[in-house]
Amino acid sequence: MTATSVVRARAGARAGRGGLGPLGVTAATVIAVAVVLAAIGPELASADPNASDFAHAYGPPTPGHPLGYDSQGRDLLARLLTGARTSLLGPLWVVALGMTAGTAIAVVAAWRGGWLDSMVSSVLEVMFSFPGVLLAMLVAAVFGPGLTSAVFALAVAYIPYIARLVRSAAVAERHKPYIQALEVQGLGAFTICLRHLVPNLLPLLAAQATLFFGYAMVDLAIVSFFGLGVQPPDADWGVMVASGQSGVLQGYPAESLLAGGCIVLLVVAFNVLGERLSDGRRVHRPWRLFRRGGTA
Amino acid sequence: MTAYLIRRAIMLMVTLLVSSFVVFTGLSIAPGNPLATLAGGRSLPPESIQVLVERYNLDEPFFIRYAMWLGNAVQGDLGLSITLRQDVSDLIASRAGTTIALIIYATVIVLVVGVAFGLLAALRPGLVDSLVVIATAVVVAVPPFVAAIALIGIFAVGLGWFPALGGGSGFWDGIRHLTLPAFALAAAAAATVARVTRTSVRRQLHLEHVQTAVSRGIPYATVVRRHALRNAAIPISTLAGMTVASMIALSAVVERAFGLNGLGAYLVSAALSKDFAVVQGISLVLVTAFVLVNTLVDVGATMLDPRFQLGRRS
Amino acid sequence: MSGILDIDHLTVTLAGEDRPKPVLSDVSMSIAEGEAVGLVGESGSGKSMTVRSIIRLLPPGARMEGNIRVRGVDLGTLRGAALRKMRAEMPVIFQDPRAHINPVRSVGDFLTEALRIHRRMSRAAAEDRAADVLDEVGVSEARRRLRQYPHELSGGLLQRVMIASALLAEPRLLLADEPTTALDVTTQAEVMAVMDELRRERGLAMLFITHDLELAAAICDRTAVMYAGRVMEVRASASLLERPLHPYTAALATARPSIERKVDRLTTIPGRPLSAFEAPDGCAFNTRCAHVRESCREQRPELRTLLDGQVACVRVEELQAVSHD
Ligand SMILES: Nc1ncnc2c1ncn2[C@@H]1O[C@H](COP(=O)(O)OP(=O)(O)O)[C@@H](O)[C@H]1O
Ligand SMILES: [Mg+2]
Repeated sequence: MTATSVVRARAGARAGRGGLGPLGVTAATVIAVAVVLAAIGPELASADPNASDFAHAYGPPTPGHPLGYDSQGRDLLARLLTGARTSLLGPLWVVALGMTAGTAIAVVAAWRGGWLDSMVSSVLEVMFSFPGVLLAMLVAAVFGPGLTSAVFALAVAYIPYIARLVRSAAVAERHKPYIQALEVQGLGAFTICLRHLVPNLLPLLAAQATLFFGYAMVDLAIVSFFGLGVQPPDADWGVMVASGQSGVLQGYPAESLLAGGCIVLLVVAFNVLGERLSDGRRVHRPWRLFRRGGTA
Repeated sequence: MTAYLIRRAIMLMVTLLVSSFVVFTGLSIAPGNPLATLAGGRSLPPESIQVLVERYNLDEPFFIRYAMWLGNAVQGDLGLSITLRQDVSDLIASRAGTTIALIIYATVIVLVVGVAFGLLAALRPGLVDSLVVIATAVVVAVPPFVAAIALIGIFAVGLGWFPALGGGSGFWDGIRHLTLPAFALAAAAAATVARVTRTSVRRQLHLEHVQTAVSRGIPYATVVRRHALRNAAIPISTLAGMTVASMIALSAVVERAFGLNGLGAYLVSAALSKDFAVVQGISLVLVTAFVLVNTLVDVGATMLDPRFQLGRRS
Repeated sequence: MSGILDIDHLTVTLAGEDRPKPVLSDVSMSIAEGEAVGLVGESGSGKSMTVRSIIRLLPPGARMEGNIRVRGVDLGTLRGAALRKMRAEMPVIFQDPRAHINPVRSVGDFLTEALRIHRRMSRAAAEDRAADVLDEVGVSEARRRLRQYPHELSGGLLQRVMIASALLAEPRLLLADEPTTALDVTTQAEVMAVMDELRRERGLAMLFITHDLELAAAICDRTAVMYAGRVMEVRASASLLERPLHPYTAALATARPSIERKVDRLTTIPGRPLSAFEAPDGCAFNTRCAHVRESCREQRPELRTLLDGQVACVRVEELQAVSHD
């Protein structure tokens, strides 16, 4: 058997192990629906999410506006759907950046080992101590508020968590015979890592990315809730929860409730799916993930 | 043991140093010169500029500036608020009480509610367990600002049991005003603690040493308390400590939602008004608290485990 | 006959993953006051389940039929405090002390917990008693040991602690479930010697579980052989070893477990040991027995009284006749 087929067989065995279960399938469905709505929803909604008409402030649902209006008389459904796009794209960027950088650091450290590995490990240990939300506030103060600052700040704050998780898996993988066989065949380190080692870590990476997507969603919503992330009048679920607060006090909770409900629903879905994908790996030391202080 | 404590102390110092460096560097990597950042885009009269240059040693090189800033910070001088023209340390001192009270209140809720529900689920498999598992799965995912809005809507606006905004005056009124914020802050953390309590107590109950205790005729409640819960206390306290540490950053959320005059809310408004000295000062205080709590919890949980004492001999 | 322990037609079924999983099937045996009875069988044969049935510590969902009496009291009728009192009087010495003693509580706490709860002894009085008994089981510096934690003690010392905790209950019946299996060979002999001596001194009855036929014979007055959750043969230890009646006992005896050859012992009986849930119809041993006949596959042999004990094999008389020619 060639090294490549060994790799294939191993990856196949992992993918085949267990299903998602009914709960996992439900979670995946919720996420898929949200993604589709975020992609095509804003075009479907007939109303302009930013067009305000104070005559309709806190107006109840009407046939053309099934969810009613917010405090400025804007169509809630249209804002919810437009908000879905920002609320999903933000975490996507955070996870993409954080996972790429974290995995790269982890794989390089695991591959080279020795002093580089111990140095990276201690740097990561120290970096653990910066809560993501706090870093985001600092960055927003320095570079000005906005989604971009928040995305970068959170991605940086997540890197140590991601890198630590991936590093231990990468170290284990690196010492497996199939990798050594590839080295003996004379393949370069970069090729082995990119074509064999990382693909074999994919199940772990997918599970972690899913879990971190949920965390990023909450953290970004928090930053937007502060007014330091997505800027009004752009619609975003975190912004909507904040702007709906005055409505809650006056007895019109629809805006906050709908936006908050969407966040909770999706975060539950990402948590459930991530836990299913990680196959209970997280169970052993669950508190590790909470050291970042972003979400509890 | 001593070696371990020394190692932890060194790690703590390094971590604090790095964190303070991150906080400080923000000022220097900001677009434009540090003076403009400190001024937050305001145009200042020359004498104010002179004050800032002297206060922050802006004519010195970067590392000297950092060292002097850190030296001042350690002595309690965190600079000057550009909007309020007051010492940042004074501003922090006058607001820290609210935040500390909020976090302590929330911690008590996390421990009492979290452990109680976790234990209940662990000891009552079936319906009760499933209910707790489902409820905690949802609550874990409720961000504090959503919890805050929901609690305001239900208990302040709907039922009128608690005030929706403000800090109140006097002890009991203060407690009343902090109740909803504390629950909003504690909700997700309590759910996490409940989940960990449930799994670790379950795991302990299946272990052989628990069977030994039962086989010796020890009453079940005693077995649960002296063996299952005692042994589960190690992971539970570690996790509880982590979540409490995370509340330090999250307190800003509920403080803002409930209009409380705490550190976190002040940090947010300083960030919004680009009052950079205040942002730096509060960030430094919060990160320090975060690192300290994390370290204390880690060390404390290690001490809870007598097996750790092995290190004393080697 | 009413001894200190009587087990009558005990059948235990666990809640299996998809269907019920029998682990004990119609087990009967009894132990008289002061008598040591060995229970020998390969791993998975249901020895530990027998002990767990006696102290009513079966996994959740387990079903138990038949009855177990201790000094005439039917254990099935006991609940709450009465059950706990009965458990306290029949301490089990478990196989793996490392797992069976709480790692985060001190040795002293393990030894005194029951005394303080059941007899309301003060901590000081309980520790005095514990130190005395530790001394008796051959643990040196007993006082200091009380302050130590399990991980600070070797396996042999820890098993002595377990034995001490059993003796502290001042029982009339000891249940010992492979008390030396987890220990290394030299420690095994020492711990066995201590346990045997203290038991004889105090005239305690004992159910001694082991997979080592010779060890059982050396320690016990009578020995029962168990296979796939059934008792195959119960007889006086000496004659069981000298002249086994059941083909399974004979196979175990020829395999002659000895310290040097322990590892390859099992290979001398062809086939793999079965648990009760895998047992075939008829005699459970019929898949591995050299003397199997059609009748062995049809009906389960009863435990019949023969010579100085009982045996469950329809061909015993034939086989004995053959072997004596
Ligand atoms: N907790 C359990 N759940 C399910 N099956 C079990 C459990 N414990 C033991 N068994 C099964 O019961 C049978 C008897 O086990 P046991 O009494 O431990 O055997 P022995 O002590 O003779 O080695 C075995 O088939 C084993 O697989
Ligand atoms: Mg056993």
